[in-house]
Amino acid sequence: MKVTRREFVRGGVTAFTVSFAAPAFLSELARAQGASRRNLVVLYLNGGNDALSTLVPYTDGFYYSRRPTQAILAGSVIQIGTDTAGNQLGLHPRLTGLKQIWDQGDLAIIQRTGYQNSSRSHFQGTDIWSTANTQNYTGTGWLGRYLDTLPSPVDPLAGWATTREVPRMLMGNRVSVPAIPIPVSNYAFQSPNGTGTEGTYSRTAMAQLASHLPPDRPHVSFVNGTMQAALNTLDKVGAVAAYKASVTYGNDGLSQALSAVAGAIYNQLGTKVFWVTTGGYDTHANQNANSANAGYSNLMGVLNNGVTTFYNDLRNQGLLQDTLIVQFSEFGRRISENGSTGTDHGAGGLMMAIGGAVNGQQLFGTAARLQPGHPTLENNSADVRFETDFRSVYARILDNWLGVDSVPILNGNFRNPALTFI
Amino acid sequence: MAKPTPLMEHLLRRAGFGMTPAERDKWSRYPYSLAVLALTSFNPEKTDIDQYIGTPGYVGITTRGSFQPNSVINDARQRWLFRMVHSPAPLQEKMAFFWHHHFATAQSKIAGILGSSADATRTMAAKPQSDPAGAKGQIELFREMALPKFRDLLVAVAKDVAMLYWLDGYLNRRGQPQENFGRELMELFTFGVENYIETDVYAAARVFTGWNLVSTGTRGTPQGYWAFNYNANQHDTGVKEFSFAIYPDGSHRIEARSAAQGMQDGIDLINALAIHPETARRLARRLWVWFVSETDAPDADFVNQIADTYLKSDTDMRVVVRAVLLSSHFTNPSRYYQRYSWPGEFVARAMKEVGHIGFSVDTAIPAMLNMGQQLFEPPDVNGWDLGPSWFTTGGMLARMNFASQLAQNQRFALRDAARSSAGTPESLVTFVTERLSLPQLSGGERGTLTDYVRAGGAWTASDAQILNKAGGLAHLLTGSGEYQFV
Repeated sequence: MKVTRREFVRGGVTAFTVSFAAPAFLSELARAQGASRRNLVVLYLNGGNDALSTLVPYTDGFYYSRRPTQAILAGSVIQIGTDTAGNQLGLHPRLTGLKQIWDQGDLAIIQRTGYQNSSRSHFQGTDIWSTANTQNYTGTGWLGRYLDTLPSPVDPLAGWATTREVPRMLMGNRVSVPAIPIPVSNYAFQSPNGTGTEGTYSRTAMAQLASHLPPDRPHVSFVNGTMQAALNTLDKVGAVAAYKASVTYGNDGLSQALSAVAGAIYNQLGTKVFWVTTGGYDTHANQNANSANAGYSNLMGVLNNGVTTFYNDLRNQGLLQDTLIVQFSEFGRRISENGSTGTDHGAGGLMMAIGGAVNGQQLFGTAARLQPGHPTLENNSADVRFETDFRSVYARILDNWLGVDSVPILNGNFRNPALTFI
Repeated sequence: MAKPTPLMEHLLRRAGFGMTPAERDKWSRYPYSLAVLALTSFNPEKTDIDQYIGTPGYVGITTRGSFQPNSVINDARQRWLFRMVHSPAPLQEKMAFFWHHHFATAQSKIAGILGSSADATRTMAAKPQSDPAGAKGQIELFREMALPKFRDLLVAVAKDVAMLYWLDGYLNRRGQPQENFGRELMELFTFGVENYIETDVYAAARVFTGWNLVSTGTRGTPQGYWAFNYNANQHDTGVKEFSFAIYPDGSHRIEARSAAQGMQDGIDLINALAIHPETARRLARRLWVWFVSETDAPDADFVNQIADTYLKSDTDMRVVVRAVLLSSHFTNPSRYYQRYSWPGEFVARAMKEVGHIGFSVDTAIPAMLNMGQQLFEPPDVNGWDLGPSWFTTGGMLARMNFASQLAQNQRFALRDAARSSAGTPESLVTFVTERLSLPQLSGGERGTLTDYVRAGGAWTASDAQILNKAGGLAHLLTGSGEYQFV
């Protein structure tokens, strides 16, 4: 039987109790683990990003014949040169800021990322990308396993989900990651009698109630452990709410989440992994690829504004060298458009790596040729076939950025020496 | 006041949203089996309490201009929360909530398609009796078909205006099949991801070609709306082949039939999925999680028995849910407080138990968003992540802070109710504890609470002390880990 994410979390409830029972001396821990200030920001495009509209093969005639209404017009793409196979490629016209980052040498794109027998299910696909396991994708996430390697006891802010849920990718066996949704100013303690002395009594009593971890009722211990984690992280997160950015972030969810991430990095809270997501990529309909202010163009606009603002903020604060942003989505989309001005679920997609330390202005891998029958395609040439195993991207990040051995975390050697993006 | 048995409290937490003091009195007079019968026997035509919205004696709402629950999404949320607190048929609202998760549809995507939040709200929440076009929102469908034949519900959902927009069925045309609905029908609404292959998705998409919408009334006027329309011209009449049996004779093929008859393709596929044994078992597992326990995995005997009841009753959920509530797996005291409450359950129960006169359900809406549950806005078609997943640090803080807001609002009423029981810190703790449905507290937990009452000076049971501490205790207990379980 398929184990759902919820069932997985339940299985981890017992282990949870143990990690919360240990006292946490936050600042010392942050220092001990802060030998490197490097951090990773995972950016998930929720819904299955249409990679062929992000990075456009604008000289491939079959791109236009198979997408009579949904192809990005060749005249509008932002040309960024050719890949190693000589395919000419261009960014979506709304990615103007990403083009500047590209020109700075801080953006690398890895084409045709995926895996054999790609799942076309959102949920299975996301689980596979999260666990880094294409066969058994019901366990811990690859970044949860990374966080599990940090010296114990782990800082409660070692991981940081800017969402209301903690994604499977950040779930480990030992480490629990807080969910600190936007706006972070909500992440505060309230009492019915205000914040004075009576409020202090309330907080003291609540912390005592949360310290109750009955071993025979692990579910209660789990919830109380979560309450402890909340109470233990409130004050540090409060500093992030007061962060003064060097640029003005947009009001959309992605921009606001990235603003909180910048605040956490600026305040040196010691967070190693951030999780940020933006949705709307399940473009079965109304993709309207060529409409300047609709559908997919809006998605690209949100992505471009959020990432560019964040990049500029970190650069201004002198923090660009410490941060690596890696973007993924659960699958690419069908090559031929579907008649609903959209595209259905496909296979191979693309990933981006952005940061001061990135070996950028490079296209890794080769684009698909969209002519039916071409070996870069699969599923009767309906979908793009993967070329670079997504786990080799993970391996590079673990080995060369986070500074841990990727093999035990990924349960195999997925190193690919050609992937020199970091 | 009579005191209900722990089993009755358990039943009303699971099949309802807890009990107000008056409801405790009412339900304590029922024998258990009669209570199950009463809870499962509602007539949806006679459970309407909307006329009490905004009247004294009920939880309040917050109006901005006028209250328009058929077209303003925040007002629709308020109306549903009002019903959760006050419905005389709590299981009707509970099952509507269950179906809202099972067929998870989000208003915002529809608003994006229609370019109108008001029209999208109508597709989700409009009450036909008060909508100018008689529009029936998806949640009203679920309330009307709260305990339906599941096969009938699947057909109704396949024709539902909100669903046709949500999973793009309105665009599904001959020669241009749209896979979204067909895939999720199999993966999420019926038998699950392990039971079909990719070509089944392509075939299912073709089955539902022509299941589209048509405009009714005059666009741009209140009478303008949409209706389901089987568009024979857009139906793919060819053979559809599946990897699983569609017909009782074991045939995997839906044979070619005329365009005029082609709607039967969809009915045949839905019927095959509805009575598939894996659908029966998947629903039984979901009902275990919803009603019985999240701390124990679904019991094999329970799943077999409930799946069997489902199939033998021709997918009748009234029969099935009754069997669940009467099963020894459900009634066993070891099942009490073994389910992680959904944010909607948590806020409704807190309002019923702590108090709600003078409180507005509107306060619960941003709080629920921070707890991870916005009504009419599940995160995706898979619904919400349940169980421990609700209990992130941010989600837990939001629960604690809602408890604080409610207690602050109710502290004068709590002071007045507690006054005669507040002689000692211990007696005040007992009073507030018994007002809520909670598992037995440990000595250590009681000690923490009495220490809290004593903190700040000798206890004299003055009105000022009771005001602070009765409200403070309601906050601590409702925000506690123990209270997060139903």
